Amino acid sequence: MSVSHDQARHIAKLARIAMSDEELERLVPELNAIIGWVEQLAEVNTDGVEPLTAVIDQKLRLRDDKVTDGNIRDDVLANAPEAQHGFFAVPKVIE
Amino acid sequence: MTLTSKTIAELRDGFRGGEYSAREIAEAYNAAVAGARLLNAYTVETPEDALAAAAAADAARGQGGSLAGIPLGIKDLFATKGVDTTAGSHILKGFKPTYESTVTANLRKAGAGMLGKLNMDEFAMGSSNETSTYGPVLSPWRRQGSNVGLTPGGSSGGSAAAVSALIAPGATGTDTGGSIRQPAAFAGICGIKPTYGRCSRWGIVSFASSLDQAGPMARTVRDCAILLEAMAGFDPKDSTSLDLPVPQWEAKLSSDLKGKRVGIPKEYRIDSVPAEINALWDQGIEWLKDAGATPVEISLPHTKYALPTYYIIAPAEASSNLARYDGVRYGLREEGVKTLDDMYAATRAAGFGAEVKRRIMIGTYVLSAGFYDAYFTKAQRVRALIKQDFAKAFESCDVILTPTAPSAAFGIGETTDPLAMYLNDVFAVPASLAGLPAMSVPGGLDGQGLPLGLHLIGNELDEQTVLNAGLAIEERAGFTARPEKWW
Amino acid sequence: MADASAPYRIKGETGEWEVVVGLEVHAQITATASKLFSGAATEFGAEPNTQVSLVDAAMPGMLPVPNKECIRQAVRTGMALDAVINRSSRFDRKNYFYADLPQGYQISQLYHPLVGEGEVEVLLDDKDESSTKRIGIERIHVEQDAGKLMHDQHPTMSYVDLNRSGVALMEIVSRPDMRSPAEAGAYLKKLRAILRYVGSCDGNMDEGSMRADVNVSVRKVGDELGTRTETKNVNSVRFVMAVVEHEAKRQVDVLEGGGAIVQETRLYDPDKGVTRSLRSKEDAHDYRYFPDPDLLPLELDEAFLDECRASLPELPDAKRKRYEALGITPYNASVLTAEVETARYFDALLEGGVEPKAAANWTASELFGALNRIGKTIEDSPVSPAQAAELLKLVGDGTISGSLAKQVFEIMLETGEGAEAIVESRGLKQTSDTGAIDAKIDEILAANADKVAEYKAGKVALFGFFVGQVMKAMAGKANPGVVNEQLRAKLDG
Repeated sequence: MSVSHDQARHIAKLARIAMSDEELERLVPELNAIIGWVEQLAEVNTDGVEPLTAVIDQKLRLRDDKVTDGNIRDDVLANAPEAQHGFFAVPKVIE
Repeated sequence: MTLTSKTIAELRDGFRGGEYSAREIAEAYNAAVAGARLLNAYTVETPEDALAAAAAADAARGQGGSLAGIPLGIKDLFATKGVDTTAGSHILKGFKPTYESTVTANLRKAGAGMLGKLNMDEFAMGSSNETSTYGPVLSPWRRQGSNVGLTPGGSSGGSAAAVSALIAPGATGTDTGGSIRQPAAFAGICGIKPTYGRCSRWGIVSFASSLDQAGPMARTVRDCAILLEAMAGFDPKDSTSLDLPVPQWEAKLSSDLKGKRVGIPKEYRIDSVPAEINALWDQGIEWLKDAGATPVEISLPHTKYALPTYYIIAPAEASSNLARYDGVRYGLREEGVKTLDDMYAATRAAGFGAEVKRRIMIGTYVLSAGFYDAYFTKAQRVRALIKQDFAKAFESCDVILTPTAPSAAFGIGETTDPLAMYLNDVFAVPASLAGLPAMSVPGGLDGQGLPLGLHLIGNELDEQTVLNAGLAIEERAGFTARPEKWW
Repeated sequence: MADASAPYRIKGETGEWEVVVGLEVHAQITATASKLFSGAATEFGAEPNTQVSLVDAAMPGMLPVPNKECIRQAVRTGMALDAVINRSSRFDRKNYFYADLPQGYQISQLYHPLVGEGEVEVLLDDKDESSTKRIGIERIHVEQDAGKLMHDQHPTMSYVDLNRSGVALMEIVSRPDMRSPAEAGAYLKKLRAILRYVGSCDGNMDEGSMRADVNVSVRKVGDELGTRTETKNVNSVRFVMAVVEHEAKRQVDVLEGGGAIVQETRLYDPDKGVTRSLRSKEDAHDYRYFPDPDLLPLELDEAFLDECRASLPELPDAKRKRYEALGITPYNASVLTAEVETARYFDALLEGGVEPKAAANWTASELFGALNRIGKTIEDSPVSPAQAAELLKLVGDGTISGSLAKQVFEIMLETGEGAEAIVESRGLKQTSDTGAIDAKIDEILAANADKVAEYKAGKVALFGFFVGQVMKAMAGKANPGVVNEQLRAKLDG
């Protein structure tokens, strides 16, 4: 299964990374080499094997419902490229 | 012997014994750091921080923590309050967290100070520290008779270089697919990745959540044990943190391996690997036998599938973990764009380097509709098999010995094929996938005078046996080589 | 289907069309103080970005830790909807980019949700008990809410407030069992009532604690399901019903015009009463769901589930049946159980020892009428259940008549005084003293001898006149039952 130029463009769009045609030209064969290489996993018989999602044998801990955080607006906005009146500001979105 | 040649254990004992002050230690290392800028190991120097911690240690003399008087280098993946934390990436240039990672907070609580932030592969993606926005780290090591710049390995290249060049007594690293162990091997130092969940990931810039682990890099096994004890511990802010007490690894260090079986996995015997590396492996087996261990041949049948499994799972998790770098709340934001989507696309294009982009693309692809089952779910199943391989192996052995890396340090710019670069982690990645503790200790030098490492993998939660076996090798390898100062 | 009325159809040029509706309701878990994965507060209306932790702001290195009470409320809700609770469930990441989504993904549950199949019984017509329909629930899962974007504060920039980012949501997905705007409305109302009974969500649609995504498709009766569209974030029952109606008609027009329905997301514009397309045709979202590696699988034990179950209050359907068993009419029982605050009031009233039927009638007409008039909700009723019980007991034991009670009630509303105190101080006790009543009757009959003669000649309607006159002469304080009896005796005997 190989990735076409168009598919690669679509993936770049999903990942929100702008790419010129030249960049895609260079990237597509690299991606295909990597994908071709990882495809060898198809050789492995995994019938009846559950996918491993958690590598440690522990149950998910649930915390108590207490307000222990927040009220740190200055910290939250401290590194903002653009903040106004307590909000993050971004180029206007048309919905 | 200058202070910068001493190990952490020696500095600790010397400081406590009143031979020198914490301030003297900090000043010695600060000077060493300032004098080694050619290596490009540090991205930010924080001499005042080291001095402040030293002052506190001197004031509290005797009552300080386990690392009082010890200044450390901190990999730039760890959030350090008020100090630039960039993960080696342009997209985080200038980001100063208002918070401190749990691991570095633990180190500070133990009394350690910070010499500076250490250079690394961008977002921990790399095996040579060549992908950093700050430029490559130069290994302090050089091939005999050559002044070709070598890589220190990666992604914790700055950490490895700093410790081996004596410009930090110890450093933090992180290991997702070998990023502590491989650079440790290249640099002739020790580095351990503990069991997944031992160290909190809170405040460590996330690369691949189910694989990332913080760990120490230092010159000796004992030093690693000291650092790891201070770094590790349950953190309620990390849902994947192990809720278990931290063992007294240093106190229980013992190189007596009588009764221990050391597994030698046949699948790790690769002919294309330089003969010296396999020879060192054989030598390692002898050393462990000498320490009382019994070698046992074991099989880890799915070993060859570990790298491709890793290169599906890690990029997939990374593609999601790196989605937050979008120019909205921190970091780089490209201006002069019309729409929000344009801003995202332009910011991430300008902010991420080529390797990061490649991995995000791979990760996005393997999670995308139509491919998820064939790639991602498949990889998770193979991961389960790899973990099962180890579980079965540990029924017949107590620790596993392999080479750490398939080569010694290579030249900067020598490896341009991404796939070829990935193969650097062929021995390290399986233990990462299984979440097992694993360590590299220096075994010897190759024919060109470059360090080679030996790799120990332990069972879940059994860092002790790993450290003990490492100590046994360290005692017998007699590795005292240090890079000759060219910088 | 027990619905006696004709099924809802859209009459098109090529025939009749059936509408198929499914609702995905996003209900904020308003019962918790903090968020699903962070310790920041969840109060509505705070200053921007003041209820945001570093985790909510998705700072580098931040990690989620789940809130036990959010899980508990979701489980309780599932139990109240008769649904299967999955002891094992998992969190997955839904990946997409938007300025209100700091992580670049939402932590949700796709593959293994917390709650499985359940159902809700709705009454389509208040006055017809047989008009019930069961609407199936597919699943309920918990997920993070997104922040808020404001587009009208600045000419070229949108503002992002992350206060809401990370608040726990329950996504309640119905089966596509609804077939009309009325059914969709009834389902949503019932769901909201149940959530408010359970206490997990306050159902304040205007504050955004509950909103619905409306899935609509049309087909000729008997055909396969048509392509559906999804109209997102509809925030009132009325609008949901309007969306179903409008969107179904729009789809019929498209199909009859030879076009095809595009599976897309739409937005409802309440001012114009139309839905419009939100996404461009080629931009289908690929959310790349995968298990969140920052979290472990969620396992619930029996003790936890037992406590959830034990903590549930009497739910609307059970309460309605109990009221009916007490003799209350189905209509009244429906009305009294529609809102949890009403039910609470009425239960307290019943506890005061009042006769249920009379209490129901009074509450449904007198109390509701008065509250409407003075513009108060039942929670803010100036007359408490205890006070109402006092009033109703005075009627029940004959101390005052029903009509007098109305007057007393008015005074109670105005002054806040208790019924007994009012009756005492104003001397409003009705009398059952047959002697006094007899005397009055004799007076009236004597004063209206001509009418008595007419009555005796056959004009029986005049009986009411005599009753009225006696009551008037006794300033309403005569026990009407006794007046009737005595008058009968005197006139007919």
